[in-house]
Amino acid sequence: MSPVPADPGRAFESALLSTNDVAARREFAAVAAHEGTYAAMETLVVPALQRIGDAWEAGDLALAQLYLAGRIAEEVVTAALPATSPFFAGVPPIAIAVLEDHHVLGKRLVLSALRAAGYGVTDYGRGVGVDDLVSRCVVDRPRILLVSTLMLPSALRVRDLAAGLATLDGRPTLIVGGAPFRLDPELWREVGADAGGRNSADAIALVRRFLGGAR
Amino acid sequence: MSAAMTSLDRVLTTLRHEEPDRVPLFLLLTMHGAREVGMELEAYFGDAHSIAEGQLRLREKYGHDCLVGAPNATADVEAWGGEVVYRADGPPNAGEPLIADVEAIRTMEPPRIAGNPVVARTVRVIEELAARSHDVPIIGGVVAPFSLPIMQLGFETYLTLMSERPDLVKRLIAVNEEYCVAVANAQLAAGATAIGYADPMSSTTCVPPETYREVGSAVAARTFARIRGGVAINFASGRCAAIIDMVAATGAVAVQVGSDEDLAAVKAAARGRLAILGNLNGIQMRRWSPEVAETEVKRALAAAAPGGGFVLSDGHGEIPLQVPDETLHAIADAARRWGRYPIDWAAG
Repeated sequence: MSPVPADPGRAFESALLSTNDVAARREFAAVAAHEGTYAAMETLVVPALQRIGDAWEAGDLALAQLYLAGRIAEEVVTAALPATSPFFAGVPPIAIAVLEDHHVLGKRLVLSALRAAGYGVTDYGRGVGVDDLVSRCVVDRPRILLVSTLMLPSALRVRDLAAGLATLDGRPTLIVGGAPFRLDPELWREVGADAGGRNSADAIALVRRFLGGAR
Repeated sequence: MSAAMTSLDRVLTTLRHEEPDRVPLFLLLTMHGAREVGMELEAYFGDAHSIAEGQLRLREKYGHDCLVGAPNATADVEAWGGEVVYRADGPPNAGEPLIADVEAIRTMEPPRIAGNPVVARTVRVIEELAARSHDVPIIGGVVAPFSLPIMQLGFETYLTLMSERPDLVKRLIAVNEEYCVAVANAQLAAGATAIGYADPMSSTTCVPPETYREVGSAVAARTFARIRGGVAINFASGRCAAIIDMVAATGAVAVQVGSDEDLAAVKAAARGRLAILGNLNGIQMRRWSPEVAETEVKRALAAAAPGGGFVLSDGHGEIPLQVPDETLHAIADAARRWGRYPIDWAAG
């Protein structure tokens, strides 16, 4: 059993930012061995991703660093928690899609962050239309639907999506993100979403807020 | 106060970091021209004469100081044979990445410019604009060699490749440089006054300043040295304040600043080296009242106009189709009213 470093959270974050996946696994394993996998996620992974997201927001880190850090964090956690783990039993279903647009990086960042925080997420892909997305929600009944857009017209189509989802029994909570929502902080409200996230760490915080105590 | 100038005089004086008669206004309207000529966007983007006609009508309508000769960034994907996905209410997207197998980069060559129908279409737009306008800057456009792989590979694959296969990235950028220089020079030969160089990848939103130093700025400097005209860098809303000294060293004449940057700070940092374009928020512009438009124009002018070297524009390089005529008129009116030099109303 490896000793836990003096500040394991910072050591894990440093490993992510230096794209040192070996060190990230080592830091995670050390804490998990002492305190359990869930505690390692809570004390190492989620705070590190939150700080990295905040640093990107402040202009101190770049998207390339955010992407690589999120990917390594996702790999570390999914290795420790395979999809078949009993950990996921009872976790409310969450889905994500790129509405109409064809740029997938934003969705990828959010997927990595949520998986690294221990959430299973169904990926509906890119370029998905409003009707298709509503149909998927009828079948899968996700508790939360995350929607990423790059272009303004796609962001405005969220209004139609919100109207379509409103007709469903047990409609999912609708969380949106992407460039138009970053450039216009009022836009998520205008198009009828339940919340807008500015980065992948925001997505974790918002999912937690809307799921309440349900993991 | 200077006598009234032509748009070209106004812009050239600005680029010399002097005060012209009033602040030049660039309404970078890449799609609104389709409405002017009564066409759907896909058909409009495919027809050189319609694009030129649309640009001329828009300038007549709003009286701004430029014509957009290369209105569609995905042309730089289409010219390579890549997929472009059109929509009726916004700019086209790059579709499936052009490069499915990254190993193909090893033997990849740029498309031939002569006879390429996509390049020829843009050249025809610029030729017609040059023939039908006088003393108005015509802005050509290319996607930077460092940014084009976002569309060629997909952003995620590109970021992964940068981390794991820098050799392939270097080769792809070198191929893209040849294409970029050839297209820019073809546009200048057709009558473009300057080239807009879209380089979102170089912004500190996308890569750290060290990467810009090692790759983005080096690519830009090499590329600009071979382009036979002035180049303005557009980071497509990405941040550039932290790299402005390196941007100035590339040889660019101007830089477009995103709407979430501190315009006054960037102007101060670039003073005398780079003219600044910016930084009205095109996304929020959609719901501006005329009063808000005037306030936003005054904010930008107060921040960056005194002393010259400033062109009022949006911060992204493309005003969304959803921005109504009334708002564009309000912006143009406010620019004429408050942008007249000297900008003494902004003192204090």
